[in-house]
Amino acid sequence: MIRSNVLSRQKRVVLRRAGSIDPYNIEEYIAEDGYFALGQALGEMTPEGVLEAIKDSGLQGRGGAGFPTGLKWSFVAQQSAEKTRYIICNADESEPGTFKDRLIMEGDPHAVLEGMALAGYAVGANEGWIYIRGEYEMSRDILERAVSQAEELNLLGDDMFGSGFSFHIHVHAGAGAYVCGEETALLESLEGKRGVPRIRPPYPTVRGFRGQPTVVNNVETLANVAPIILNGSEWFRAIGTARSPGTKVYSMLGDVNVAGLIEAPMGTTLREIIELHGGGMKGGKAFKAAQTGGASGTIIPAEMLDVPLDFASMRESGAGLGSGALLICDEDTDMVDLAYVLMRFFENESCGKCTPCRVGTAQMLEALDRLRRGTARRADLERLEEIAKYVGVSSFCGLGQAAPVPILTALRYFREEFESRLRH
Amino acid sequence: MKSLEELRRIKERALQRRKLSGKGSRARVVVAMGTCGIAAGARDTMTAILTELEQRDIADVVVTQTGCPGLCEYEPIVQVQIGEQEMVTYGNICADRVAVLVEEHIAGGEPVEKWQLTG
Amino acid sequence: MEEVLAATDRVIDAHKADREALVEILREVNDENGHLTRDDLQRIAERTNLPLSEVYSVASFYSLISLEPLGRHVIRLCQDAPCHVAGGREVREALEHELGIPFGETTLDEQWSLLTTSCIGACAVGPVMMVDNDIFGNLTPEKAREIIARYREADVQDVTPTPQGG
Ligand SMILES: Cc1cc2nc3c(=O)[nH]c(=O)nc-3n(C[C@H](O)[C@H](O)[C@H](O)COP(=O)(O)O)c2cc1C
Ligand code: SF4
Ligand code: FES
Repeated sequence: MIRSNVLSRQKRVVLRRAGSIDPYNIEEYIAEDGYFALGQALGEMTPEGVLEAIKDSGLQGRGGAGFPTGLKWSFVAQQSAEKTRYIICNADESEPGTFKDRLIMEGDPHAVLEGMALAGYAVGANEGWIYIRGEYEMSRDILERAVSQAEELNLLGDDMFGSGFSFHIHVHAGAGAYVCGEETALLESLEGKRGVPRIRPPYPTVRGFRGQPTVVNNVETLANVAPIILNGSEWFRAIGTARSPGTKVYSMLGDVNVAGLIEAPMGTTLREIIELHGGGMKGGKAFKAAQTGGASGTIIPAEMLDVPLDFASMRESGAGLGSGALLICDEDTDMVDLAYVLMRFFENESCGKCTPCRVGTAQMLEALDRLRRGTARRADLERLEEIAKYVGVSSFCGLGQAAPVPILTALRYFREEFESRLRH
Repeated sequence: MKSLEELRRIKERALQRRKLSGKGSRARVVVAMGTCGIAAGARDTMTAILTELEQRDIADVVVTQTGCPGLCEYEPIVQVQIGEQEMVTYGNICADRVAVLVEEHIAGGEPVEKWQLTG
Repeated sequence: MEEVLAATDRVIDAHKADREALVEILREVNDENGHLTRDDLQRIAERTNLPLSEVYSVASFYSLISLEPLGRHVIRLCQDAPCHVAGGREVREALEHELGIPFGETTLDEQWSLLTTSCIGACAVGPVMMVDNDIFGNLTPEKAREIIARYREADVQDVTPTPQGG
C-alpha cells in the first residue's frame, strides 16, 4: 500500500466534489446538493440577505490579496440603479506553482457557476464572464459544457426558479500573458485589447468591464459562495481562524513526499501541512526554505514553519499567503539559482508598460545570472538590492511591485549564500 | 427550473439512477481525467481499461471519469468499486498495470493492495 | 488570396466581428493556421473596423499568438521554478540535443519549434511540456526523447500521440 488516508485528513469544502463526481454531468452536481443554494437564495432570500450572509461569513478573496468579498460586492451593489453590472470570474491562474483553480474548474465546474449566479443576484448583475487562461483548454471545455447544461435546465438563463432573476454566463479564453490575471489588465484583455493594467482608482467596482461596475473574483472565492449560503455564515466562521475564516486550497510542490492539492482550514501551519498532508520531506532531508504564494511570493526559512497560514498572520510575519502555492525546498536547494529562475519569470512576463519593471527585471536577471555563474562582485550584489527596492516601490502594477519580493526575502534569510557566490 | 421542488425531484432521480447503475453491474471504474491525470497518461489508461474489459468479454462494468482529486503525485488515479463494497483508490495506474488490475480486482474480486492509496 | 483567407473569414464569421472578440479571433486564426500572416491581420482589421497597427499591436502582445511561421509541432517546455527544481534543466538539454536547435528556434525541415512557456499549472507532474495542445508530464530526458520519437513515427502514419504514463 502506498500510503493511507491522505485525503481523509483534509477538510474539504471547495474540493468536496472534485475527483469524485463526473464534471461533465450536471446531475451528479445536483445529486450532491448542487444549485440548492441558488434555489434557496432566489426563493427565500433578498439580494441584501445574500450580501449580508457573505459579509457575515468573513470570506476573503482567494486570488492573492485576501480582500473581503462581501465588502467588494457591496461597492458594486451600491452603484446607481440604472448602471449595468458585471460579475467576472478571474480564471487566469498563471502564478507559477498554482493549479488550484484548474482543479476546481475541471473537477466541479458548476460550483463556480453557482457562485457567480449568487454574486449576480446579490449585486444586481445579470451577466457574468469567465476569463480563463489560454492554456487551460480542458477547463474551458468543461466550463462551456457546464454552462450549456445549466442553461438547458434553466438553472442559468432567464427567470431562474421562477424568481424573475436572469443570469447569463460567457466563457472567454485568454491568449497567454501572466499580467492578464491582474484585474484591470484582465478587463482590457476581455475588451479585446493588449492586456495592460489600467490606473486605479477608479477600481473595477466603480468602472470595470465596459466602464460599468464590476465584481472581479477568483475561482476559489466563488466556489466558496454556495456552501456559505447553503450552510450559513456561522458554519463558515467555525472553520479556520477568527481573522481568516474558512479553508484554503494549497498547491504543494517540491521536496515533499506527496505533492498535490491540499485543502485545510485557514491557520494551519506550514509544518502541519508538510508533515500531515505532504507526508514529510522527501528522502528524510532537512527543510531549508519554502516559497509561499507562487513566484511573487515570499521565501521563508525554517524559523517560520509554525506561523499560522492565514492572510493576517502571514502579513504580520512579513510573508504572504498569495495564491496558496507552497514550494518546499530541502537542504540541497541552491537559493541563488532559485532566485534566478524566479526572476526569469518576471522578466519574461513584464508587460513593458512602465520602465521600472521592464528595465528593472532585466537588470536584476542579469545580476542574478552573474551571481549564479560566480562572476558577480560585491558591488553587483549591492546594486541588485538597490534595484530590487526601487522596482518594488515604483512599478505601476502588482507584477512589478511583487517581482523583487522573492529576491529581497531570500536575501533577508539566506544572505551568506548569495555572498559566498561573489568573486573577490 | 421553476422551483426548488423541481430541483429536489432532479436530485432524487439522480440519486436513484446512481443506485440502479450500481445494481445492474458488477463494478464501477472511475478514471481521474483532469489535466494532470492526462499528462501522466490517464487517456492511455482509460483506453487500456476499455480494451481489457472487451477482450475478457466483461460487459457489466460501468466506466466513468472524474476530475483530479488533488493527489497529483499518484496520477493516473483509478477508483474501483465492486457492487456495493467500498470504493478502492489506486495510484500510478499506467496502461501497463491495467491487465493485472482487471484480472485481480474486477475479475477476481481481490483488491491489488500494493497499488492501493486509501486504507 | 481569397482561398487562403477562407479559414480566417470562417473564424471571424463565428464571432461578432467587433473589438471585444479581437483576441479570440486572433487566437483562433492562429490555431487554425499555425501563425498569423500580414494578410490575416489585414483581413481581421478590415472586418473588425480597426486600424491594422492596432490589430498588430494586440497580436504581438500574447504569447499564444505567433507572427512568425512555426514548425509543424510546437514544443513549449515549462521553465518555472517548480518544474525547474523537479529536473527541468536536464529535459531542456535533452530536447535541444534531440532536435539539434536551441530554444526559440525552428528546425530547418520546419517540423519542430522549441519554445519555453511560463507555468501551465501542471507542476505536480513536473517537469512538463506542451506539444501542440497536449500536456506531457513527469518528464525525464529519456521520456522527452521518446515523445519526440512517437510524434515522428505518428507523423509518418498521420495520427496524434497521446501522453503516456511510465
Ligand atoms: C500580476 C498579477 C497577476 C494576478 N493573477 C491573478 C490570477 O491569475 N487569478 C486571480 O484570481 N487573481 C489574480 N491577481 C489578483 C487580481 O488582480 C484580483 O485581486 C483578484 O482576481 C480578486 O479576486 P478575489 O477578491 O476573489 O481574490 C493577480 C494580480 C496581479 C498583480
Ligand atoms: S509593473 Fe510591469 S507588468 Fe505592471 S504595468 Fe509595469 S511593466 Fe507592466
Ligand atoms: S511550474 Fe511548470 S507547470 Fe507549473
